[in-house]
Amino acid sequence: MEPAIFYLCSTVAAAGALGVVVSRKVFYSAVSLIVCLAALAGLYMLLQAPFIAAVQVIVYAGAIMVLFLFVIMLLDPFSAAVLADKRRYLQFMGIALGLIALFLLAPLVAVHDMRTVPHSPSPALGTAYAIGKSIFTDYLLPFEATSALILVAIIGAVVLGKRHP
Amino acid sequence: MTIAPYLVLSALLFFVGTVGVILKRNVIAVFLCIELMLNGANLSFVAFSRFLGRVDGQVFVFFVMVVAAAEAAVGLAVTIALYRNRKTLNIDDADIMKW
Repeated sequence: MEPAIFYLCSTVAAAGALGVVVSRKVFYSAVSLIVCLAALAGLYMLLQAPFIAAVQVIVYAGAIMVLFLFVIMLLDPFSAAVLADKRRYLQFMGIALGLIALFLLAPLVAVHDMRTVPHSPSPALGTAYAIGKSIFTDYLLPFEATSALILVAIIGAVVLGKRHP
Repeated sequence: MTIAPYLVLSALLFFVGTVGVILKRNVIAVFLCIELMLNGANLSFVAFSRFLGRVDGQVFVFFVMVVAAAEAAVGLAVTIALYRNRKTLNIDDADIMKW
């Protein structure tokens, strides 16, 4: 059962990712990315991380992508995104660099003694309780730093978005 | 199931995102591809969290999402400022700070 769900979700995620790059209009890219994010949320459920899956849907697909779509609609929604027509070499360079990245990642995947799923995974691993406990004990300092980051981001966004007469 | 298929999908998402960042000329499309790369890394984090039986990976994913939200807010504000001043979304036209 698990492989079937995995291959379904991963196919949808890969197709969405390809759609982001292939589609020439930004609006369709954003919608493809939402599809990809939803499929990834399914994979997170499969990996027994329900809290992360919920955050993925609510925050990522629900808030961040809506912000993206707002801005796309605000500017020019259906302008054809110009690819690197003038600079053909950029396309070859992009694909070559991507392949190099894949080759660098390949040894990680090729290791044979990859752990399989533990037979009795602790069922409380991905719950909000476990993650919250970890955040507020082991990762308290990064969490507080995050609040400073968000404050700076809010102020920066307001200042940058303000119309200077 | 082993962890390998998850890592392959994660690498694929990161690869597609990298290619998109380099190929795309529209600022917002580049942002979308960066989000794709972040999600490829997130999938690795959650997969390792599951297979090592530790919750730390999911905490990292949480932090990555927070940083992605902050990045999207500031980046989109910069995009709007760029469009207001230059009437363009093409990254090749925003080259004042390029040497």
